[in-house]
Amino acid sequence: MTQITRRDVFQAIADPTRRAILGLLLAQAMTPNALAEHFKSSRQAVSKHANILAECGLVTPEMAGREIYYHLNTQKIKEIDAWLEPFRQLWADRFDQLDQLLNHLKK
Amino acid sequence: MITTHETKIIKAPTGNKLIVTRNFDAPVEKVWSAWTDSKLLDDWWAPRPWKAETKSMRLSEGGQWLYSMVGPTGERHWCRVDFKTIVPQKKLAVVSVFCDENGNTTAGMPPMHWLTEFRAKDAGTAITVEIAFDNEADLDKIVAMGFKEGFTMGLGNLDELLAHGRV
Repeated sequence: MTQITRRDVFQAIADPTRRAILGLLLAQAMTPNALAEHFKSSRQAVSKHANILAECGLVTPEMAGREIYYHLNTQKIKEIDAWLEPFRQLWADRFDQLDQLLNHLKK
Repeated sequence: MITTHETKIIKAPTGNKLIVTRNFDAPVEKVWSAWTDSKLLDDWWAPRPWKAETKSMRLSEGGQWLYSMVGPTGERHWCRVDFKTIVPQKKLAVVSVFCDENGNTTAGMPPMHWLTEFRAKDAGTAITVEIAFDNEADLDKIVAMGFKEGFTMGLGNLDELLAHGRV
């Protein structure tokens, strides 16, 4: 049986719990149990969020001994950055013009 | 000589805020006037090939700046900026909305809360612009527009290149 998943990074970060998980993993890789301790919701609910993050490729589960550790996938995080790029470009253009104006003002 | 500084932009962890930072090689009083004098704003605020045109400005807490962005084919978008806090050469807090030519707010467009801070750094000025939205959905809407705008502007620049026979 095949299951088609349509998940992308933006779906992943649309949820506050998932953003909080990413924030925690930024500091260090963590087991599902260690993650769950930071949330009021059930272990199961937290695991479900971590799984969605894994499906989106934002985190990678890795076995270490008998435990699974979730690692942050920084490459994938860059995709979120890329989403802001056109907006950044708009500001960069605007500020380049301000540079020119300021240069004139100095004279 | 103009040195290029990097424009950094991040989405704050709270999700409803964008933070733009940039350094300028000019003293804080110059950067402040470029930001608050409508004649100067008209020169740089709109990314090319768009142009900003001020209709009116009253720089005081409770005052407004009403301007339009004019596109290369004459299309025009009106914006109104309401000044909330003005601390000369330090801080400028405003609320910005899209509107009509008389300043009446356009329904369905999210308001943006801008906080611009000016800080002397070395011989120049460091600027931080926080653009906050009432909620994350509003932010996404504006970023999506920025995307569209950026794309359109890119095409506009291409038109310019073509017109000059450089492509």
